[in-house]
Amino acid sequence: MAINTGDTAWVLVSMALVMLMTPAVGFFYGGMVRKKSILSTIMMCFASLILISIQWVLFGYTLAFGPTHGGLIGGLKWLGLVGVGQAPNPDYAATIPALAFMIFQAAFAIVTPSLIVGAFVERIKFAAFLIFTALWATLVYDPVAHWVWGVGGWLRMMGTLDFAGGIVVHVTAGFSALAIAMVIGKRRGYGKDNMEPSNIPLVVLGAVLLWFGWFGFNGGSALAANGIAVSAVVVTNTAGAAAALVWMFLSWLHRRPSVLGVATGAIVGLAAVTPASGFIDPLSAMAIGAIAAVISYYMIVLRMKLRIDESLDVFACHGMGGAWGAIATGIFASRAINPAGNNGLLFGNPGLLWTQIFAVVVTAAFAFVLTLVLATIVDILVGLRVNANEELVGLDISQHAESIA
Amino acid sequence: MKKIEAIIRSEKLDELREALDAQGFSGMTVTDVRGRGKQKGITLEWRVGEYRVEFMPKIKVEIVVAANNLEKVINIVLAVCSTGNIGDGKIFISDVLDVIRISSKERGEGVL
Repeated sequence: MAINTGDTAWVLVSMALVMLMTPAVGFFYGGMVRKKSILSTIMMCFASLILISIQWVLFGYTLAFGPTHGGLIGGLKWLGLVGVGQAPNPDYAATIPALAFMIFQAAFAIVTPSLIVGAFVERIKFAAFLIFTALWATLVYDPVAHWVWGVGGWLRMMGTLDFAGGIVVHVTAGFSALAIAMVIGKRRGYGKDNMEPSNIPLVVLGAVLLWFGWFGFNGGSALAANGIAVSAVVVTNTAGAAAALVWMFLSWLHRRPSVLGVATGAIVGLAAVTPASGFIDPLSAMAIGAIAAVISYYMIVLRMKLRIDESLDVFACHGMGGAWGAIATGIFASRAINPAGNNGLLFGNPGLLWTQIFAVVVTAAFAFVLTLVLATIVDILVGLRVNANEELVGLDISQHAESIA
Repeated sequence: MKKIEAIIRSEKLDELREALDAQGFSGMTVTDVRGRGKQKGITLEWRVGEYRVEFMPKIKVEIVVAANNLEKVINIVLAVCSTGNIGDGKIFISDVLDVIRISSKERGEGVL
């Protein structure tokens, strides 16, 4: 197989773009928590980058993409990346080195657990976070990545479409966030004390870095520098903008158009278009983004009413955004955009819609239940939560002996 | 001698310093403070809905003057800092026992 230099260059650049998204999540979340836990929030995202970088090389990649065991999990053939070399693996990407595909996928495996951080900010024990994240990446992310993306993966075999990870990344992270938030419980004083965001410009900086990185996330998922990559980049930008615009007006209806709202809307739109990004046209992207904003906005309203402290709304933004986007793929996907994809409901194939809904329900349930179990086990083993004093002082000082002030 | 502690709107500080300077009151100590009065904080927009900021950022200006200049300085502060709206702040006045210039060790009102 011949290596295509353009394809390889684009995938490597995309990998770097996606790698930037994990610290960007740290800034996005860090700016929304109280001043006393901003560093801990950034640290957890950074820790996800360094921890999963190692996990992926050692065994994560082979569990996700190794030769399948019954469509459920990859085999251990590529343990420690032995056998993953500079020659392409045509099963995944015929024109780039297998190592390029591996490191591009590493960036996805890294960013996904960092999304969950929003669920338990300001109260988790750092050691417990590390154990949970290592377990979650291995037992939730790697299997689901295999089901949906691995050759022979059972959801892939059913015809599930997930171009860049609406299901693998956003549905798993979102539903797991809800589960672990329920296990760890509310922040002390939630609903009573002030929860002033520490730094809104930092939130916006994180959001725009995420937006920037998303061009690699979705565009790079074409695994080639081709028309589908360009199409994915165009629909990505369009959906992010549409969702941010809708969120701006929703926020204005409430009182004032807040930049915190607009930044949130953009992330919701970007998450929603992710699974569909290789299969749809720009007008469909606009619809997907706009509807995603409405769904996530009112899911946050509902979440607040129910007084669940899923602190930074990973479930409402990523879980709902990703689920809607994956289902919308079953509506808007078109072979005219991507012959390797499929037609959705609007193009005469209602079957795809059912396949997509099934895949979302299965992965959401799997991620939710397994996270409940894992979080409970970690809680029993080392305790998920810091003690009352450590929480009151803030995680920056109590977990890291650092402070911004 | 009297000490005037004026809690004012942050945006009024420059104007107040100029007005005091113009009347020969050049010395003052300025501190960034947070606090609340009748207004009891403010409601800001969250991603969805709102959150409360219970303590408003303000500036505290401390000026020590001879007793016979007290009303004059109070009037300058009122003239500059009053907008007539909630959140304009307050002025606290207290007696000062003595004042000492550290460099020359002089004491008393002449130091002001």
